[in-house]
Amino acid sequence: MEKFAQQIVNGLSQGSIYALIALGYTMVYGIVKLINFAHGDIYMIGAYVGFAVTTFTRFGHSRFGFIAALVIAMVACAVLGVCIERIAYKPLRNSSRIAVLITAIGVSLFLDYTLMYFVGAGTRSYPPGVLSDRSFTVGGVVIKYQQVIVVLVSIALMILLQFIVKKTKQGKAMRAVSFDKEAAQLMGINVDRTISFTFLLGSALAGAAGVMVGIYFNSIDPLMGMMPGLKAFVAAVFGGIGSIPGAMVGGLSIGVIETLVAGYGGSLYRDAAVFAILILVLIIKPTGLMGKSTGSKV
Amino acid sequence: MYRKFGAVALALVLVLSLALAGCSLKKNDNTSNTTSSSGGTIKIGANYELSGAVATYGSDSLKGFKMAIDEINKSGGVLGKQIEVIQKDNKSDAATATSAQQALMSQGIVLSVGPATSGNFRAVIPVAESSKIPVISSSATADNDITVDAKTNQVRQFVFRTCFTDSFQGAVMANYASQKLNGKTAVIYADNSSDYAKGLAANFKKQFTANGGTIVSEDAYVAGDKDFSAALTAMKAKQFDVMFVPGYYQEAGLIIKQARELGIKQPILGADGFDSPDLTSIAGASNVNDVYFSNHYSSLDQAPAVQDFIKAYKALNNNEEPNAFVAMGYDLGKYVADAITRANSTDPVKIADALASTKSFTGATGTFSVGADHNVIKSAVVIKMTDGKQASAEQMKM
Repeated sequence: MEKFAQQIVNGLSQGSIYALIALGYTMVYGIVKLINFAHGDIYMIGAYVGFAVTTFTRFGHSRFGFIAALVIAMVACAVLGVCIERIAYKPLRNSSRIAVLITAIGVSLFLDYTLMYFVGAGTRSYPPGVLSDRSFTVGGVVIKYQQVIVVLVSIALMILLQFIVKKTKQGKAMRAVSFDKEAAQLMGINVDRTISFTFLLGSALAGAAGVMVGIYFNSIDPLMGMMPGLKAFVAAVFGGIGSIPGAMVGGLSIGVIETLVAGYGGSLYRDAAVFAILILVLIIKPTGLMGKSTGSKV
Repeated sequence: MYRKFGAVALALVLVLSLALAGCSLKKNDNTSNTTSSSGGTIKIGANYELSGAVATYGSDSLKGFKMAIDEINKSGGVLGKQIEVIQKDNKSDAATATSAQQALMSQGIVLSVGPATSGNFRAVIPVAESSKIPVISSSATADNDITVDAKTNQVRQFVFRTCFTDSFQGAVMANYASQKLNGKTAVIYADNSSDYAKGLAANFKKQFTANGGTIVSEDAYVAGDKDFSAALTAMKAKQFDVMFVPGYYQEAGLIIKQARELGIKQPILGADGFDSPDLTSIAGASNVNDVYFSNHYSSLDQAPAVQDFIKAYKALNNNEEPNAFVAMGYDLGKYVADAITRANSTDPVKIADALASTKSFTGATGTFSVGADHNVIKSAVVIKMTDGKQASAEQMKM
């Protein structure tokens, strides 16, 4: 029982990271029907920005190192996300979806290997002490402060996101564009700006996830975004692509499922289990747990 | 619409995973083999991992090798000639290593050193055998198919190495666990994506069981994983004395960190893949306690050959401590110079004979002799880490 509870704790902290990344996938899909495969690499850039802030600036050694890294990485990733959208995806707005998808893969590889050129392929680690690495024990279950912070920050960001989407004018515009792009445009909504805003939000969340992973695992490398990116994509599909609560639930579920698979004898089947879920969801219920089942638009 | 989306998504995931698996360059430099040494220099090829995933292994080995060659050249070279090193970067990729080796063989070299890892070294072996020019690695520790052809069981005439093998390291660590740490039970958590780690795990298990110990649990991970807490939580629930983690420092650092944070206090053992300052920076110095690993050399060794080498290296490199790869590269330089001198010729076949007949050669990584199977006979050093630093070193013989 103790062991099981420990595995759940492990899984939830991993799952919150997937959830943060999955939100970006799902929002972008909801708005422009594009699987942004460069999303995992924005998460990786976030980890590197956080690394640079904590290692090379005064902030890194102050008490606000974590907050500074988080905020600067989120801003940097938001800007990067908007630039990618403007440069790579906007010119293809009226092209076939497969063209945009392939462009997204191109952007992903471009980000990975450009960064590798500048910082090298080796792993790097955050300076010690950015966040306390102490832990406490509850009934035999070891919980790290870092895990608590990862989960709390993720929840806070998700609540903030829900607030933006549900309560602000910009969020209303997002929902309108997602519902019907042409009609929204006719109602006077600036569609381009709304799409940029969506990329901004999604990329900022990925940047936050990158910093938290960098601190939590203390090991970053230029290809770190590929696997979590794919898994977050699975999480988004599992939860129902296009649905924001679905991405959160999907992310946490995938985190817990893969931890349980690894913890009960299937270490090597962990990744396979996650992708098996993708296949099963696509076969059995392509709309995912919380996706709206709309008929195809003709 | 969803059906279409599903098909596209599936296809993309498949394509991406293929792309991840097979990022390799293929280049074919077909070359003829000429073997004569021209002009006033003796040319030696160096095919190393200077960029890519294991760039530190290759560049450190080459650094040590060149340091030795510089020393030899300063004191007059060999056979009255200076040695010229022609280097190529194999980008940590086996296919590139093969093509780089083919390019080197056509440049009039008498022998070639590197690559540093077993997989890449294997990729140059066919080139060496067909062009009849010796290749020597100072760190290709894989058991199978290096100096002895796995298919024919023939010793390869032109293939040498100056390091011990994985089976030796696995057995040494098993003996260390049972004799020095009084371990009766062990868990193994191995990297399943490298032959290196699988070989270590198999040989640790064999020797530890032969010593009367029991392996209570075996689990595996894949290089590139970051979260090991699930498997470690499962292991924590078992009773064991020592934990053996065959693998490389990127993952081992994370495993040590996560194990200590979960409250696993038992000694953690590994092999030369732990040898990197990054192990401590990833794991955090306070977590690297009671960690032991076998290595080729330790800077704590007080033998004069070792201390002289460390002094010379520090003078050249801003007081930086040389790691084992540098030390092995250095010994490799001295070893090949010694062989060329004894061969008294630049004929690659005669040099191969001299390499094979080396006895009691002493360098910074200890004294070794070359056995009939072209594997060297030498002892390992087991290093104990305390607070992230090397605290003590002990020689282990089999």
